[in-house]
Amino acid sequence: MAQDDNGGHELTTANSSAVEHARAGDPGTAVIVQDAVPNPGFPTHRPRITDINPVKQRRAERVVYTLFYLSIVGSIWAIAAYMMFPIESSDPGSVRLNTLFIGLGIALALLAIGIGAVHWGKALMYEQEGIDLRHPVRGSEVTIERAVEIFQEADQESGFSRRTVVRNSLIGALIAFPLPAIVLFRGLGPQNQNPVTLLSHTMWKAGTRLTRDPEGTPIKATDVTLGSAFHVIPEGLNETPDPLEEKAKAAVLLMRLNPADLNVSPARKTWNYNGIVAYSKICTHVGCPVALYEQQTHHLLCPCHQSQFDITHEAKVIFGPAKRPLPQLPITVDAEGYLVARSDFTEPVGPSFWERN
Amino acid sequence: MSTTTAAPRAAKKGGFTAAAANYLEDRTSMSAAVREFGRKIFPDHWSFLLGEVALYSFIVILLSGTFLTFFFQASQASVIYDGSFVPLKGVEMSSAMSSTLNISFDIRGGLLMRQVHHWAALLFVASIGLHMLRIYFTGAFRKPRELNWVIGFVLFILAMAEGFTGYSLPDDLLSGNGLRIIDGLIKGIPLVGTWISFLLFGGEFPGTAIVGRLYTLHILLLPALVLAMIALHLLFVVVHKHTQYAGPGRTQENVIGYPVLPVYAAKAGGFFFIVFGVVVLMASFFTINPIWNYGPYDPSPVSAGTQPDWYIGFADGALRLIPPGWEFVWLNHTWSFNILTPLIVIGVFIVLVMFYPFIESWITGDRREHHILDRPRNAPTRTAIGAAGVTFYAGLWAAASSDLIATHFMLTIEGVIHAIQAIVVLGPFVAFFIAKRVCLALQKKDRSIALHGYESGRIVRLPGGEYIEVHERLDEYERWRLVSFESYQPLMLRPNSRGKITVGQRVRAGISRWFFEDRIAPVTMRELEEGHGHH
Repeated sequence: MAQDDNGGHELTTANSSAVEHARAGDPGTAVIVQDAVPNPGFPTHRPRITDINPVKQRRAERVVYTLFYLSIVGSIWAIAAYMMFPIESSDPGSVRLNTLFIGLGIALALLAIGIGAVHWGKALMYEQEGIDLRHPVRGSEVTIERAVEIFQEADQESGFSRRTVVRNSLIGALIAFPLPAIVLFRGLGPQNQNPVTLLSHTMWKAGTRLTRDPEGTPIKATDVTLGSAFHVIPEGLNETPDPLEEKAKAAVLLMRLNPADLNVSPARKTWNYNGIVAYSKICTHVGCPVALYEQQTHHLLCPCHQSQFDITHEAKVIFGPAKRPLPQLPITVDAEGYLVARSDFTEPVGPSFWERN
Repeated sequence: MSTTTAAPRAAKKGGFTAAAANYLEDRTSMSAAVREFGRKIFPDHWSFLLGEVALYSFIVILLSGTFLTFFFQASQASVIYDGSFVPLKGVEMSSAMSSTLNISFDIRGGLLMRQVHHWAALLFVASIGLHMLRIYFTGAFRKPRELNWVIGFVLFILAMAEGFTGYSLPDDLLSGNGLRIIDGLIKGIPLVGTWISFLLFGGEFPGTAIVGRLYTLHILLLPALVLAMIALHLLFVVVHKHTQYAGPGRTQENVIGYPVLPVYAAKAGGFFFIVFGVVVLMASFFTINPIWNYGPYDPSPVSAGTQPDWYIGFADGALRLIPPGWEFVWLNHTWSFNILTPLIVIGVFIVLVMFYPFIESWITGDRREHHILDRPRNAPTRTAIGAAGVTFYAGLWAAASSDLIATHFMLTIEGVIHAIQAIVVLGPFVAFFIAKRVCLALQKKDRSIALHGYESGRIVRLPGGEYIEVHERLDEYERWRLVSFESYQPLMLRPNSRGKITVGQRVRAGISRWFFEDRIAPVTMRELEEGHGHH
């Protein structure tokens, strides 16, 4: 009988009924069956083929050491492959070979160790299961009593619950001392900028030319043929100190529709030029670029969450999670026939935020 | 045997190993640890390996990630790319992107390590998810393991955070769009959203701070938390001892299995190498996250079919499923319910999953320790709730690929979205009903097999002319698997000591009835004896 905490090997029939009743704790609404079927105890042990057949045992040994030797071969191969398959900057395929052959060597080295060790464990090591006895997780009553006593003694000796002013002032100090650390994190954002102001303006101004993204070359109204679409940035964007932040707000999509297809509200009569319209490219949902233009239906589709905007109805949302239409950039042409903005956007572009109204 | 082994041992007494062990023992007292854990028993079952896969893939992540840190530059300083990848030569990009390209194209084995790291990360989250499903459906979260369930769940969330922060580091187009979505999400939070976004990105999106900040989170803060949680998780496994499936000889008071030394060490240690090897094999053959195809981040372009790594899919999918128009201006502020709804729904889902062990123990009132695992069929309502949760999650997850589903199966995007909306809202109820009925049917089948044996296919004609099919009885070991489970009955509503029935008790009784009203009791001894007469 070797039921112990050190994995004694002999298995004996568990005295199940006696043990079951000893379980501590309220069973709640569990049904305690009085005449439950008893635990039959451990079945008789069946030896493995490697235990009874010495030929099979030697064979298993051979498999295990062959695998371990194979692992050494894999490691050596990986080192050799590092040298044999260098990356040549003129040959993109060399990266693939380098990755493949170093990887195969390492994989062989690892898998052979792993499979060998598991096979050793399963086929050759002593295979009878052992038993550990469980004890309730809760410690013994003596231990718990002593722990409580220690806390009481500490309380007595320090006067933690008696000297309330001392205790409470300490608690107050402990609450207050991390606060400066939290305040320090204010420095994560720049000091003298108001995010709401920043979010409400882009670099478009009256007279800013519409230019191609990313080259920055200006666009003539006559370049924009019916049915075409242009990815547009404001002129001079690439020369600004922080072009990505500006572009994240100012990116625009330019399309030319048949003026008869456009349903223009009275306030926006002058915002298009001969059916050429410009809309913010930044989705009003969570800010992905609304980059997919369906030429036939004049719908814009956001590839991130599938919001769809109808350009013939001032970029009204016709499907998807976005709520607001894409803001329209009022445009016209300058004296040389280049497309220019009439003003900045008249509302903040991009995703909604709390202070927006 | 004993005489042959005793001789070399005696001879080795003064050997190097013994001397080294003695030296260490005098300074560490480590024999106590060996005595305590050397022969500790671990039960064996394939489903117990899922947690091991998670642990081992984390080790692989640490090893490969450490290699990557020696080459990666977490900076958004603008550089002109001048590496081996010709199509991007001369393109302006951040140092982060450029150094990631250098790891991929200029350092031998660099691409391999990048792919090992990414594949291991995907495997890490996946194995945690499967491990949690195993824990849930077998009831391994019950007392005394409730806290360890919570720790494991925190690990799952930390793993997703690790994944997302790592995914964003190369500063490529795809991950940049992922950050853009996070920025939009944060801005949708009432009151504090705008400022949180401003602080996170160090000003306006995208800024030049975010990669460095995510890097600190990714390689310092989050791994430290993950390691601490894993240590705690494993400490509890040792304290509680591992659960085991019901089987002959196995009780609530014992653990049957193999000792750490040598069998468990050989199998678990070997399994680490197998997991590592499989990850390296995947990394050798299959490209993952080819940032060179996406190019550096630019807020303007985006490709069709963008989707996040699989484990963030459920959150991205939830965003896609919101119908148009769920945003209002009220009290002069914007209330973005198209963003808040997914956040709240996912938040509630997470809280419910995290606290499920406490909810179930409140309903059953069971305060005993449970070390024998349930077969899922023997806890029909719990299993059905699990099936409902899985269906809900799967619906959200599928929605993250709504556009790809539409293009691959020639469907409309609108149709796919509407179908998935229906799956997410109605699917859990259907799944609950089906799973519960299947569990009860399986329990009935178990009961009938335990009582009457299984059909042998042998037809016998009795002397009186009657034909019967002979049922073969199970032996007691096979039968034990079918009859050894616990069942609960609905809570009987009774006044407490002050003669009152509290509202809490009423609620508990209601849920308890819903949980346990359909109940198949385990076969008892008497039923078994009566059953003998039938065939």
